[in-house]
Amino acid sequence: MVFTAVPSSLSPSPFGALFSTYDLDASYDEMFDPAGLARAHCQALFDELRIASNVDLSQRQMEADKAFLTQGITFTVYGDNQGTERIFPFDLVPRMITASEWSLLERGLTQRLTAINLFIKDVYHEGRILSEGIVPRELLYSCRHYRREMRGVHVHRDIYVSVAGTDLIRLEDGRFVVLEDNLRVPSGVSYMLANREVTKRVLPGLFDKHHVKPIAHYGQALLATLRALAPPSAGDPTFVVLTPGVGNSAYFEHAFLAREMGIALVEGRDLLVHDNIVYMRTTAGLKRVDVIYRRVDDDFLDPLAFRTDSHLGVAGLLNAYRAGNVSLANAIGTGLADDKALYAYIPAIIKFYLGEDAIIPNVETYLLSNPTHRQHVLDNLDTLVVKAVGESGGYGMLIGPHSTSVERESFRAKIQSDPRNFIAQPTLSLSRAPCFIEDRIEPRHVDLRPYVLYGDRVTIVPGGLTRVALRKGSLVVNSSQGGGSKDTWVLED
Amino acid sequence: MLLSRVADSLYWIGRYLERAERMARLIDVRLDLGLDRRPSGWNFSRLYAVARIDPPASLPENPSALVDALMFDTSRRDSVMACVNLARDNARQVREEITSEMWEQLNALFLRLKEVRAGSSGSARPHYISRLVVDGVHLFDGVTDETMGHGEGWQFLQLGRFLERAGATAALVDLHFNEGQLLPASHTEWLGLLRSCAALEAYCRCYTADLRPERIAEFLLLNSEFPRSVRFAAARVESALRAIAVLTARGAGGRAERMAGRLHASLDYGQVDEILSEDPHVYLETIARHCSQIHAAVYQSYVMYPIESALPA
Repeated sequence: MVFTAVPSSLSPSPFGALFSTYDLDASYDEMFDPAGLARAHCQALFDELRIASNVDLSQRQMEADKAFLTQGITFTVYGDNQGTERIFPFDLVPRMITASEWSLLERGLTQRLTAINLFIKDVYHEGRILSEGIVPRELLYSCRHYRREMRGVHVHRDIYVSVAGTDLIRLEDGRFVVLEDNLRVPSGVSYMLANREVTKRVLPGLFDKHHVKPIAHYGQALLATLRALAPPSAGDPTFVVLTPGVGNSAYFEHAFLAREMGIALVEGRDLLVHDNIVYMRTTAGLKRVDVIYRRVDDDFLDPLAFRTDSHLGVAGLLNAYRAGNVSLANAIGTGLADDKALYAYIPAIIKFYLGEDAIIPNVETYLLSNPTHRQHVLDNLDTLVVKAVGESGGYGMLIGPHSTSVERESFRAKIQSDPRNFIAQPTLSLSRAPCFIEDRIEPRHVDLRPYVLYGDRVTIVPGGLTRVALRKGSLVVNSSQGGGSKDTWVLED
Repeated sequence: MLLSRVADSLYWIGRYLERAERMARLIDVRLDLGLDRRPSGWNFSRLYAVARIDPPASLPENPSALVDALMFDTSRRDSVMACVNLARDNARQVREEITSEMWEQLNALFLRLKEVRAGSSGSARPHYISRLVVDGVHLFDGVTDETMGHGEGWQFLQLGRFLERAGATAALVDLHFNEGQLLPASHTEWLGLLRSCAALEAYCRCYTADLRPERIAEFLLLNSEFPRSVRFAAARVESALRAIAVLTARGAGGRAERMAGRLHASLDYGQVDEILSEDPHVYLETIARHCSQIHAAVYQSYVMYPIESALPA
């Protein structure tokens, strides 16, 4: 018997009510091929789901939600003065990735991060790529996160980005492309780990039927990465995680990672700099700190160097860093390569430093500072996605097909007054994966954020955070805007 | 070695949970014994005095209003719920230092209290709520002892818990012996005092059910075996401080440790007839003062010390 996922009022699904409203559209479906057949690697999951009852799944969903709540795996909602803690919505149907898909991603992400590190080193030193005209100088120097304080600063082993959280999406033909690189302080890895733990708890039977690559060693891998950064002078280095504090939306993750690694979680007020050496204040007196995995943005790191109104950072940290007495992960100034206009140059950057073509392509991107591109974009605002170059988290963007004419006119005016600040991309249909919504299985758009570590070598724990746009038809997966997440299984061959 | 901020948070988790438990017990016992019932209705002014809380302009007029105020009103720092919230806030800030089981236990207590408060009949069940809190704190203490290494962090938790206990128990005894106070020395009041310290059964095993003020004072102040006596608490404060001094390589004989030793010794060698025949109020006040001096000394040595004194050589 062949399961047809395309619904028809004449022939209701033979597999019970769970899939009765599951439809296929032009976007790539993670579970079904266009003919409505389950993809080979999803067959076992599909077999399991079509005989499951919605009552049973609801029960498991509730168990999962409760597990998140009691463990305090929550985020704080900004702009809500109740200090409300919410759980990040979790969908219990795992997303599957095959071994061969993964190995391609692994090679592609390794290549990309290697090139980006070479690029950042280059632009803060001799700037070959600028002199050879591959990346325009005015573009680079106008990146919001370019830090002139980092010009000529030696970064130990030239490792600038040691943790990246690359956002990948899947096009209609099934190819993965990079949407964003997230080279500053990417978050979400704790959800990747927690999702796995909770899934194991509520769907234990499913793991017996699949060979899922483990991800639990992320903490060790991160610590090994930090170890690679330790200044040569540090004999037995001390590592810390620097958090903005309990009010930060990712605080749970900061504490989680510190515990996973067995290192101290510090706030700015726990640290001080004396004679260009960083210390933490302990009950046994001051203790020297050698490597800081900082989850505080550049702007807030050091009130003497950056924002003077910041209480989150440590006065004097930049000088201690420049003196080579402490290492930071990530380095200061890596955010320049997060600029969405600079993003368009990454394939050229890979070519320039490595002599290779990008293994994972970019999304086609129009630079609005280019007059030809600009005209094309202004003529097609209703079909394109326009993004502000320095924004993230799904803010500051226009999704053409879902926009009103008022919104389009407001973006038109913004683009014309400051074209460098915007880029445009075609409206992409993210792939869709089956999700348990209320009492049935429905497809929802997803992306994928693997976490790439760069220390002695590149390490990518097989998996990532699959974010889900839980609202029907929505393409926005950000947690701040109605997104959730699900466990991501990279299967063994 | 601990971050000073972390030590501070652990210390306060211990204090706040001890406070929450004590308050929950106190409310339960006084309502259960009807200690504040008058022919004209309820008058909770004594309960406020016993709990060392400044009474509001208008006192609650029935048990359910009392529960709303002293259990659930988070706008005041001394309600049970506020103490649990503060303990949890501190725990959230040291999530990486405490075990997941400890966090989950404390978080579960918080969530259950929140649930009861949101429910319609929450404040009509003071005994149930009180048990919830007492059991929740006991479970937390048990999980702490069984899952957390008994290192410096654990010692700071103990320090907070027992320092709070020593001071609060001394104050409670003081109120019952202090002449001119509101409390009449009735049998039920003495019963209430013992039960507020979870001490009734232990007392009876020691002295039989014959409740005599000087024996009660002796038991709650000077007994060396009962975990809620002031002497027992002082011994634990001293041993925690001694352990902390060793673990932080501060060397023995620091200020906090010396003061705790002195407090402990005065209780070790105290005589109840002397205490009562002189001025018990002065004696008990001295204990409370020693407790706050120990608190200040701990801060000076481990939390708020001047940087110049602490740079490595």
